[in-house]
Amino acid sequence: MSGFEYILQQVINAVSLGSLYALVAVGLSIVFGVLKLTNFAHGDVMMVGAFTTVLLIGVGVPFIPALFGGIIASAIAGFLIERIAYRPVRNAPDVTRLLTSLAVTYILENVGILIFTSSPHNFPLPDSLNESWQLMGGAITFTNINILTLALTLLSLVGLGWFITKTTLGLGMRAASEDMSAAQLVGLDVNRLIVVAFIVASAFAGLAGVLWAAQAGVVQPQMGFTPLLKAFVAAIIGGFGSISGALVGGFMLGALEILIVAFLPDAITPYRDAIVFSLLIAFLLFRPGGLMQPNREIKL
Amino acid sequence: MSDPSKALFSVQNLEVRFGAVRALKGISLHVNKGEVVALLGANGAGKSTTLRSISGLSRPSSGDIFFAGQSISRVSSSQIVRLGIAHSPEGRRLFGSLTVAENLRLGSCTRTDKAGIIADTERMFALFPILRERHFQLAGTLSGGEQQQLALARALMAAPKLLLLDEPSLGVAPLLIKYIFAALTELKRQGMTMLLVEQNIKLALQLADRAYVLRTGAVALSGSSEELLSDDRVAQAYLGAA
Repeated sequence: MSGFEYILQQVINAVSLGSLYALVAVGLSIVFGVLKLTNFAHGDVMMVGAFTTVLLIGVGVPFIPALFGGIIASAIAGFLIERIAYRPVRNAPDVTRLLTSLAVTYILENVGILIFTSSPHNFPLPDSLNESWQLMGGAITFTNINILTLALTLLSLVGLGWFITKTTLGLGMRAASEDMSAAQLVGLDVNRLIVVAFIVASAFAGLAGVLWAAQAGVVQPQMGFTPLLKAFVAAIIGGFGSISGALVGGFMLGALEILIVAFLPDAITPYRDAIVFSLLIAFLLFRPGGLMQPNREIKL
Repeated sequence: MSDPSKALFSVQNLEVRFGAVRALKGISLHVNKGEVVALLGANGAGKSTTLRSISGLSRPSSGDIFFAGQSISRVSSSQIVRLGIAHSPEGRRLFGSLTVAENLRLGSCTRTDKAGIIADTERMFALFPILRERHFQLAGTLSGGEQQQLALARALMAAPKLLLLDEPSLGVAPLLIKYIFAALTELKRQGMTMLLVEQNIKLALQLADRAYVLRTGAVALSGSSEELLSDDRVAQAYLGAA
C-alpha cells in the first residue's frame, strides 16, 4: 500500500467518523441553543432509535423503513422528555436542570437494561449494506454502510440548513437561541420553538444512533455514552449552541482521532481519548466560545 | 384629558415585584388611539419594567393592563403581539447573527397576510432606506443608528396598533437621532399610537402629546407635553431628588 492510498483511506475513515460526531453534536447544539441546557439524555435518545430499528428489522421491516422508524421513535422520545422532564424545571436554577438531564439519562438507560439487558445485541445489518468496495486494487476499502452514512448525513444537514435559513420556524429557533426574550417580543411562540428544537435534535440523534450501531454492529443500552461525550467535545470546539460550529467541530474531531490512530506512533494510540478530552479542557479554559464564536462566554 | 376607560390602552394600579423589591408601586396610565405618550424618569424609575410588563415579559403582582377593551395581563407575549402591541426594546435586542432581511421577516412572524407583509417591507425600506442597502448584511455588523432603525422596522413589521419604544436614541449618533425622530414624527402623522420611553426629555416631549413622569416606581407627574416642558419638577425627577 502506497503512502498516498493510505492517506486517502484515512481521509475516508475520518469523514465517516466525523459525520457521526457531527450528527450527534448538531442535536446537542440545537437543544443547548434554545434551552441553554446540556442534554445528557441525547445519547439515550440515540439508543431509543437504534433499538427501535433493530426491533423493526427483527419483525421483517427492510432496513431503510426501519431506519426511519428509529428516527421517528427518537423524535417522539425527545418530545416526551421535553414535555415530562424539562418543561417543569425550565425556569429552575441551572443545577436543577442539569440534574434533571442526568436523571433522565439514568432512567432511560435502566429502562433499556430492563428490557434488553446490558449485554450487546447484534445489529442485523442486511448483507447488501455490508458489501465492501475496493478501489486502487484493494488499497482503499469502504462498505455500503459507509456510503449510506455519508449520504444520509449530507442529506440531513442540507435539510437542516434549509430549515434554519428558509423557514420562519427555523429562523425563529436561531433567534431564540440568540435572545429568548427578544424572540418573545417579536411574537414567536417560545414553547412551540422549544418543542420543535427537541423534535429536530432528537431525530438527528435517532439517525446518528442507528448509523452508529450499524457501523459498530452492536446495540446496547449504554451505547449513547461514548458518542455523547465525543459530540460534546465537538460542540465545544465549534462553539456550543452554534449549529455550524457543531458541524465543523464534529468533522474536526473525527479527523483528529483518525490522525492520532493512523499517523502517530502506536505507543500513543491508547491515549486517544485522553488527548481528545485534554483538548476539551483546553478549549473550556482558553476559548470557551469555541472556534466560531471566540468572544462568547458559555455556561454549562 | 379623555376618559381613561375609553382609551385604546390603559394600565391600572400596576404593581410589579422582583423578589422583595417593588419595582412598580401601582401606576396607572392610558394611551388614546393615535396619541403619542412619553414615559419619562430617571434610571431605575420603572419605565422599562412598565413596557416589559405590557409585553408580558414581567408579570404584574397586582393591577391590570387593558388593550382594546380586553385584559392582557395574563396573555402570552406572542398573543400580545398578535393582538397588536409591538415592542422595540431597550438596547435594540436584534438577532445579530441573522441578516437584516431575516430580522424583518421575524418581525412579521405573527402575520399570515403575505401581500401585506411584502407591502410593509417596502414601506420600511421607504422609511429607512439604509435597510434596503444592508438587506443581506448580518444585523450584528450594523452601526448603532442602523441597528436602531432595524429595531424600529422589526417592531413595525408586526403591523401594530400600539408601538412601545424603549430608548430609541440610546447609543445612536446625534445626527441619526434626529433622523430617527423624524421617522417617528412621520409615523405619528400617519396615525400610529405610541408609548415612548426616552432619556432625552426635550426630544420626547417634542414628539409626544402627553407624558407621565415616573419616580421610584410611581407616577410623580403627568400632563400635556407643553405643560411638562415648562415644569421644573420634570428635571428634578431626573435628578432623583425626593
